[in-house]
Amino acid sequence: MRKERIVGTPVLRKEGMAKVRGAARYIDDIALSGMIYGATVRSSIPRGRILKIEFGEGIPWDEFTIVGAKDIPGENVIALINKDWPCLASEFVNHPEEPIVLLAHPDRHLLPRAVAAVHIEYEPLPSVHSIEESERGDAIVWGEDNVFKKFLINKGDVDAAWEHADFIVEGEYTTGAQEHLYIENNGVIAVYAADEGLTIWGSMQCPFYVHKSLVSLTGLPEDRVRIIQVETGGAFGGKEDYPSMIGAHAALLAMKSGRAVKIMYDRMEDMVATTKRHPSRTRIRTAVTKDGKLLAADIDFALDGGAYSTLSSTVLSRGTIHAGGPYCWPNIRVRSKAFATNCPPHGAFRGFGAPQSLFAIERHMVRVAQAIGLRPDELRRKNFLRQGLTTSTGQEIREPVDLNHLLSRALTLSDYHAKRERFDRKNAGARKKKGIGFAAFLHGSGFTGSGERNLKSVAAMDATADGKLRVLVSSTEFGQGTNTILCQIAAEALGVDYDAVEMAQPDTSVVPNTGPTVASRTTMIVGKLVHSAALGLKQTLQTSGLLGESWTTKEFCEAAREHVAKYGALRSNSRYEAPPDVYWDDEKYRGEAYPAFAWAVYVAEVTVDMITYGVTVDDFVAVQEVGHVLNPVLATGQIEGGVAQGIGYALYEKVEWQRGRMANGQMTNYIIPTTQDIPPIRVCFEELPFAHGAYGAKGIGELPMDGPAPAILNAVSHATGADFNSIPLMPEDICLRLRQAVSVGAVAV
Amino acid sequence: MIRQTFSIRVNGELRTLEAYPMERLLDVLRDDLGLTGTKEGCGEGECGACSVLINGDLVNSCLVPIAQANGTEIVTIEGVADGERLHPAQQAFLECGGAQCGMCTPGMIVATVHLLKKHSQPNTEQIREGLNGNLCRCTGYMRIFEAVEKAAELGRLR
Repeated sequence: MRKERIVGTPVLRKEGMAKVRGAARYIDDIALSGMIYGATVRSSIPRGRILKIEFGEGIPWDEFTIVGAKDIPGENVIALINKDWPCLASEFVNHPEEPIVLLAHPDRHLLPRAVAAVHIEYEPLPSVHSIEESERGDAIVWGEDNVFKKFLINKGDVDAAWEHADFIVEGEYTTGAQEHLYIENNGVIAVYAADEGLTIWGSMQCPFYVHKSLVSLTGLPEDRVRIIQVETGGAFGGKEDYPSMIGAHAALLAMKSGRAVKIMYDRMEDMVATTKRHPSRTRIRTAVTKDGKLLAADIDFALDGGAYSTLSSTVLSRGTIHAGGPYCWPNIRVRSKAFATNCPPHGAFRGFGAPQSLFAIERHMVRVAQAIGLRPDELRRKNFLRQGLTTSTGQEIREPVDLNHLLSRALTLSDYHAKRERFDRKNAGARKKKGIGFAAFLHGSGFTGSGERNLKSVAAMDATADGKLRVLVSSTEFGQGTNTILCQIAAEALGVDYDAVEMAQPDTSVVPNTGPTVASRTTMIVGKLVHSAALGLKQTLQTSGLLGESWTTKEFCEAAREHVAKYGALRSNSRYEAPPDVYWDDEKYRGEAYPAFAWAVYVAEVTVDMITYGVTVDDFVAVQEVGHVLNPVLATGQIEGGVAQGIGYALYEKVEWQRGRMANGQMTNYIIPTTQDIPPIRVCFEELPFAHGAYGAKGIGELPMDGPAPAILNAVSHATGADFNSIPLMPEDICLRLRQAVSVGAVAV
Repeated sequence: MIRQTFSIRVNGELRTLEAYPMERLLDVLRDDLGLTGTKEGCGEGECGACSVLINGDLVNSCLVPIAQANGTEIVTIEGVADGERLHPAQQAFLECGGAQCGMCTPGMIVATVHLLKKHSQPNTEQIREGLNGNLCRCTGYMRIFEAVEKAAELGRLR
């Protein structure tokens, strides 16, 4: 039997060979016979009533398949949490780029001209384009009050705390939208035949989400809708909900034309029409004693959700729960709202609300420290959550947590204290000012609240007729390492070589519903299910007498093959069961919000050029505790990639909105970090195995998105002595602020 | 506009094909020659996912009309390995975690091959500069830099 461990080692990425050879097949690499191409006619205004749709001259319209809302056989809705997101606008449009008409033609080069030749006449209606406009009710664009969802956390007695405070510190913090910018745009292929039903292949995170939407849209029985994920070129949350939309569009065209239909967005369509990270505004008021004890926080957290509710309620929930940061607040109130505005719906993006509220609290903590004259690290140390203390939702931290140690290690690795002292000494009058800052944070692994309990995910393992061992899950690979990690877990549990285990393609007609690939849940939750399924498979073989007490990989596969030959199949299922002591109260919004938290301290060192006001990040240290690390190369890559996205979020990536439309929907004018913008990133893991995760693992994927922005802004504020509380922080923002500060100073003299 | 005949030598093999002169080399490679390893990320020369070598120069194939590529020698990701034997750059990307989602990988590896031709033992600055036309959204570039160093080392050993 295999002796050496597989988990914890840097085995090669399962599909890595195909990827480095250029042989991995993504959706745009697939062509079916007789396939035609689809395109989307979209709204040009933010809000209005559709009066007339005309098909202009010069286009052979009889060659086109044309689909409108009236062609939808079932419900005209992309079914997520609520049913308010239309697949195609029928009477009203509520944001720019909202889909209205679909076209398909065998010649894809003809499509852009055809799309441009469809003229739509509207009666414009008033629209709102910011949290403030929506909050004031300048126009009511959704429901009765423009509010998709609100939450309230109330722990202790916040109102009674102010009178005991030595200091009351207030602040307002804002974050902008962020584009996922996965390198592969959204794309799908749909095929429909009356006898076989509907099949969709696509780039996606959540095959069963697409399945649910397509069943309600087409009215077809569940077993006649089949969704297959193909190699997916990045997602970051951006392919959680939108593939249901583009999948629905391709399905409608396929059903009407009787042909295979591919819809492949180009970069601009993908950027202007699909989801982004929710912009946010956080107002914080805190009561503190003079020796740095946090007494109370009153937090108002607001998200811009875009035109339809989509996933906003759950994004808001995660942001709300993370709003207090990694601190113990004896009294805390968080009031949060997700507002409707007339831009495309904002959606899931790595971190899912937490990067927004954590940015606010980690900027705020530095300002609190300044106000009371403590060092930022001293203030943190006095208030960190630790084992036995409770979070804002009343969740007791049961696992050992040592944030003091993470902080010490991060500060030592970055040489924080010496640098801070040196920069303070040398910055005055310097053309290039240096700064160093850090952020401490946590990220809940897995679904928020009762999500996992309600989902009851199932994972399976089976063996094929030739004795190949397969993991069957709907969890998808889009770069994070799902295939590799789950095969490592299965191989370890079976006591066979890593190469003996493979992944079944995520195909809703083959794999069980393991839930969506989101929320940093795959390794921890799905991995644990795969582990149990593997143990079940092994036990079946042993019970049947085909497998002894020890085995080689070859013997194991042979036993599996014999079992299939003798009994027709070898399969083991495993269903999620919530740990007995984990309970979340949806009504009161209290309890165990997450099965586990990952913890981290990130340090950023920056240079601010006082002539160009450009900021460069010179060094970055990322220290975290994510349970047991199952693959060090993959885990390190997750952290580094998240840090790079966080640097972009803080300093480069600005969505320019013009009445709800992204005006800079190109890689030319929406700038993400290149090889020359990213500093050396030093990644360190403290490993405290988590009892309920697969081989001690916790979630990791989203965590690194939370820390960079506040760490960088803390560093820029240190360098310049100015208070920067909004991201993205562009050179022009720094220029305006610093020049204003100078002129105000002159007036005061 | 009418279709014309063009000849290009792709991965060592002479290919003759009919295309509109302004058709993008990217589309000719992918649609006409079935070489789908070369990817489209932006279609405007920003991301480098469509990188190929033309007469040894690193170019974005989305910006090159086939008419301009006529008579040239082209290397795509499919031509980087020596049959079953991976190029050191491919081997290193595989081992170091340089590929995550894999969409930038073909272009990134072609750019690495180009870089290693210019500088067989590149320093950090040369690596950062040599790959600055290739965007990656997954890795944060650190695994890629490590892969390029490893590729240089593997190349030295061969």
